[in-house]
Amino acid sequence: MSKDIIKIKLTDREGEVHELEAPTDMNLNLMEVFKSYELPVEGTCGGMALCASCHCYVNSDHELRAASDEEEDMLDQAFYVEDNSRLSCQIRVTEDIDEISVTLAPVS
Amino acid sequence: MIHTDILIIGAGPCGLFTVFEAGLLKMKCHIIDALPQVGGQLSEIYPKKPIYDIPGFPSILAGDLVDNLMKQIEPFHPTFTLGERAESIEKTGDKEYTLTTNKGTVIKAPVIAIAGGLGSFEPRKPPIPNLSNYEDNGVDYMVREPEKYRGKKILIAGGGDSALDWTIELVGIAAEITLIHRRNSFRGALDSVDKVMALAQAGKINLITEAQAVGVVGDDTLTEVVIKQKDGESNIAVDYFIPLFGLTPKLGPIADWGLTIHRSAVEVNTDDYSTNVPGIYAIGDINTYKGKLKLILCGFHEGTMMVQSAFKYIYPDQKLSFKYTTVTGIAGLES
Repeated sequence: MSKDIIKIKLTDREGEVHELEAPTDMNLNLMEVFKSYELPVEGTCGGMALCASCHCYVNSDHELRAASDEEEDMLDQAFYVEDNSRLSCQIRVTEDIDEISVTLAPVS
Repeated sequence: MIHTDILIIGAGPCGLFTVFEAGLLKMKCHIIDALPQVGGQLSEIYPKKPIYDIPGFPSILAGDLVDNLMKQIEPFHPTFTLGERAESIEKTGDKEYTLTTNKGTVIKAPVIAIAGGLGSFEPRKPPIPNLSNYEDNGVDYMVREPEKYRGKKILIAGGGDSALDWTIELVGIAAEITLIHRRNSFRGALDSVDKVMALAQAGKINLITEAQAVGVVGDDTLTEVVIKQKDGESNIAVDYFIPLFGLTPKLGPIADWGLTIHRSAVEVNTDDYSTNVPGIYAIGDINTYKGKLKLILCGFHEGTMMVQSAFKYIYPDQKLSFKYTTVTGIAGLES
């Protein structure tokens, strides 16, 4: 049976951990989930992978779709980029990422 | 000195359409924008992306929408100050504001409409300690005058078109060029990438990939940049360090104008999108109110409502009778 609501663990820039829940049937991405909880993510471009204001680190070993060229291009313009850096707007909320753990990158 | 009726800050879609609605009421507009071109985010971030929620257009490219808006406002002869940032405002009369840009241009108007979107686009500055100490003293965030670098040792950081293009451009001018980039591959135009690779192979530039600049060293002026690679840190002697990481919007000086600001947005009264300061309005993405949606179509509405209020503010004794363009064309009030 597919899971309708998944759990997300988000560590904010102050180190505080937020346990979030998100529905899988609304075509959401992680950036949108963070914003809906009023967490401090800008998402300036609205999810087009055209800014880097939703830059995060994926801590858990979930297998995610590899970053597109557009996403890598934007990460080139971000700072504090690590091997596990992603743009949270490019991570879709599906049952595959249930229990994912991510940390917000510093604002650059 | 420029005089106008409504001084619009921001040449994005919302600022541009406001010229049309103001024009129908016979009010003249002057627009300033920090970017060298009109269109705001649409031109700077996503000119080739289709937009699907502009009424009457099932789909329109962002760049085309800007072109259309420019055509639509042409009959009202708006004037522009582009490539300059609104820096300070001063109340210089009963109904007169004087705005000065960062390049010293002075504009006077009874009404200011802030249509600044996310703020003004400014170069992204890498988070390197003490970097700001060397700004204009060895650190440049953009190349204005290539001749400045003649005979100098320069280090360019970044992987996009501007990093690649300036690297190519400055070969033969600078004495020594180092280009560093986070990854092995570049996102710039293929042609530029090939050229840079060829220059590196020919030994004309020093290309260092999988590296980031992490420190700056110097006294009064910059002398070295510290770069970090997988196998550790090293110092490169330079006269100039040019980080080219694109542009990012910042609210900027607007934050100091005495407006009520909540989460980087200007609070407005939804009757007319006025701010807490009489004569100053905020429309489009830059404002906030209960139920705010950052949509171009909402910005069009806000600009339309705002100019009605601005008219009454500027001409309190004149009667304003509403006209449809289907009746009067764009002659508006005159007929």
